[in-house]
Amino acid sequence: MVKTKSYGRVFILVFLLGTLTLFNRCVSKKNSVAEPYVVEQNSVASKEMESVNSNANTNDLRSKISRANEEVVSGETIKAELTSPPYVPAPLGDRGPKKVLVELEIIEKEGILSDGISYLYWTFGGTVPGSFIRVKEGDEVDFRLQNHPDNKLAHSIDLHAVNGPGGGAEATFIAPGREKSFTFKALNPGLYVYHCAAAPIGLHIANGMYGLILVEPKGGLSKVDKEYYIMQGEFYTEGDFGETGFQPFNLKKALNENPDYVVLNGKVGSLTGDNAIKAEVGDIVRLYVGNGGPNKVSSFHVIGELFDKVHVEGGTLINENIQTTLIPAAGSAIVEFVVEAPGDYIMLDHSIFRATNKGALGILSVKGEDNKKIYSGQQIDKAYASMKTTDESFVGMVKSTNSSKKDPSSKEYSPDSNIKREMDAKADALQSPLEQQLNRGKKVFSTVCFACHQSDAKGVPGVFPPLAASDYLNANVDRAIGIALNGKKGKITVNGTQYDGIMPNLGLTDREVADVLTYIYNNFENNKTVVNAEKVKKIRGK
Amino acid sequence: MTIRNLHVLLFALIGTISIFIGNSQSEEEGVVKILKGTYTPMYTNTEISEGQVSVNSFYIDKYPVTNEDFLDFIKSEFGKKWKKSKATALFVDENYLSNWENDITLKPSILRKSPVTNVSWFAAKSYCEYKGGRLPTIREWEYVALADETKPNATGDSLYVRKILAWYEAPSTVNKEVGQAVNYWGVYDLFGLVWEWTSDFNSIIISGDSRKKGDLNKKLFCGGSIVGASDLLDYAAFARYAFRGSLEPKYAIRNLGFRCACDDVENKIE
Repeated sequence: MVKTKSYGRVFILVFLLGTLTLFNRCVSKKNSVAEPYVVEQNSVASKEMESVNSNANTNDLRSKISRANEEVVSGETIKAELTSPPYVPAPLGDRGPKKVLVELEIIEKEGILSDGISYLYWTFGGTVPGSFIRVKEGDEVDFRLQNHPDNKLAHSIDLHAVNGPGGGAEATFIAPGREKSFTFKALNPGLYVYHCAAAPIGLHIANGMYGLILVEPKGGLSKVDKEYYIMQGEFYTEGDFGETGFQPFNLKKALNENPDYVVLNGKVGSLTGDNAIKAEVGDIVRLYVGNGGPNKVSSFHVIGELFDKVHVEGGTLINENIQTTLIPAAGSAIVEFVVEAPGDYIMLDHSIFRATNKGALGILSVKGEDNKKIYSGQQIDKAYASMKTTDESFVGMVKSTNSSKKDPSSKEYSPDSNIKREMDAKADALQSPLEQQLNRGKKVFSTVCFACHQSDAKGVPGVFPPLAASDYLNANVDRAIGIALNGKKGKITVNGTQYDGIMPNLGLTDREVADVLTYIYNNFENNKTVVNAEKVKKIRGK
Repeated sequence: MTIRNLHVLLFALIGTISIFIGNSQSEEEGVVKILKGTYTPMYTNTEISEGQVSVNSFYIDKYPVTNEDFLDFIKSEFGKKWKKSKATALFVDENYLSNWENDITLKPSILRKSPVTNVSWFAAKSYCEYKGGRLPTIREWEYVALADETKPNATGDSLYVRKILAWYEAPSTVNKEVGQAVNYWGVYDLFGLVWEWTSDFNSIIISGDSRKKGDLNKKLFCGGSIVGASDLLDYAAFARYAFRGSLEPKYAIRNLGFRCACDDVENKIE
């Protein structure tokens, strides 16, 4: 024993001496070679900083390290203001770099994914997406991650704004009831995603663990009137879209990349109705848009608006006059535009079925005076008689003469499910009291219909027809049942406005159709028709 | 301080005074014998042939150790050093027994028959030594946990994984009494109530960055949750190994309890 110890001591001594000499050697070598080089680099860098030039060469890129090392960050540490979506902290102006404290708490909690549907969210700061973090280029961020003691899982955070292994994930791997911290210097200005990186990472992101951190460039971003925070994400649930109750995560659907919900800001309806974001005519609006994924890439678009400016992929490059901007999973974009005309503008993932059937839309509600020069509203509305037949006009594609005709009896649903639906309807729907029927109908409405027709059922003029005080709806119940069952394609005129869109077959049961139509007829200033499932069944059979 | 150092220290402190009582489990009712076998673990820290590891027969507690059990331990001569007011900061963090009113009283919100939690690895280990046993190894724990209600190995049964995952996602299960669900071996509540300490919880390193390939010391730290995992679909196991990876032995966590095991001395294969 004694012998081993003394050997150990000798070894430690030798080891220490060895490392010291090694260390010295490293330092002297480094100094002799690197010093003139560094000086040269700095002179290039300072010139570069004067001219706004994005064509940096390799030397310029490297100079950010020496700039960072030389930058003096003084003064008291300030605590960063964090905000819940859709809000963002106030701009930081042209202040210099500071020491900034960010405290972010991880909370696992059941929340509402859609009306009547709950989900166990894992969150940064109690919301999905997580709290918005706003710092300045050059800031030295003291980042503290707290894992609430009631949480079940170990978590971490990878901030894409961090230059370092794991983006902070290794330094912040924490058990419940613990807090860990690390410090980073915000070197690159831009809008960055952060997310949990603990295993199994897909599960953590799928449950809502993502958010945005903005690193404002020195001097700040241009002044605008309104700023909002929007982030898309998918949810993979045990039940299909609209199935009520608590919905656990479904791994198979996640592996197949087949989400039931694609939503903005964590849930269906987080940005519609009373939750719509607001602006005035003439405002410049800036949206910080992110995509948490975990799997899907977003085609971000605002119906009826053009993006005057897009900070492409959340970086420094600015593109102009953009209709739809692509936001990769774990990517972002900053979009800016002036709102010229009052009305509701739908923000959506223009991968369109996600918006119409999976929840990926929100509303920007703009108030103010009409500007007829920029947008007139509807003008001509008259009969139209073409001089050509549709075949003559239809020149784009050669029509096949022997195309196999579909069996007219075949429907989109399988016979089995059809029988089941009918049995469901027979079993428990036929004689329910009106009150119950209205409640059920409301659920169907707020999961299926409102996405297009809006929660006030007034639709979007020229895009989605109104169900509220609707002449078209009140004129013909059988026709309405048919549309609820099969969808509708082609031109219709509702309350004097023409619509030419597509409503898909929504796959509703007889009972659901009866319930939702009864709900719509007995609300929104309609004629109080009551529809029963038997009638729906008859029309389905036709 | 490394774990190895702590082991040595602990051995000096506790090992010398603990007396191994031997194979007394046969007369105890609270344990179940687990028969030897082989399986493919999610990760392993040793050499394995064809992905399989073998487990000797051993005994394991039927239930997680409860608040009541731990209270008895604390009141004993052996366990009194683990009182809230006495336990040293080296061996427990600030959350140690935080759901207890004081040294010998539970908070009214805590059930006597619920698993004891907010206990450090050191305290759990000491408890098991007091009982004449030890904490189970990861290999043993995972072996027992392969079983569902009807078969000893439910690997690849997606329903089973889904069920476990549902627990990992369910909030506040810590306040349930033990004895909720039993598996093939007659062991209760491996899932559904709390996580459990194992003796070698930190021998397999999963870093906070789960995408990273662990290339330190190859075999010992075959970390990185993606590279080196045997079943990429077993998200429940991923979550379990990640949780273990986030621990340090003095941590006291609200959803983390333990149960004890001991060798099957008669059939021990050296």
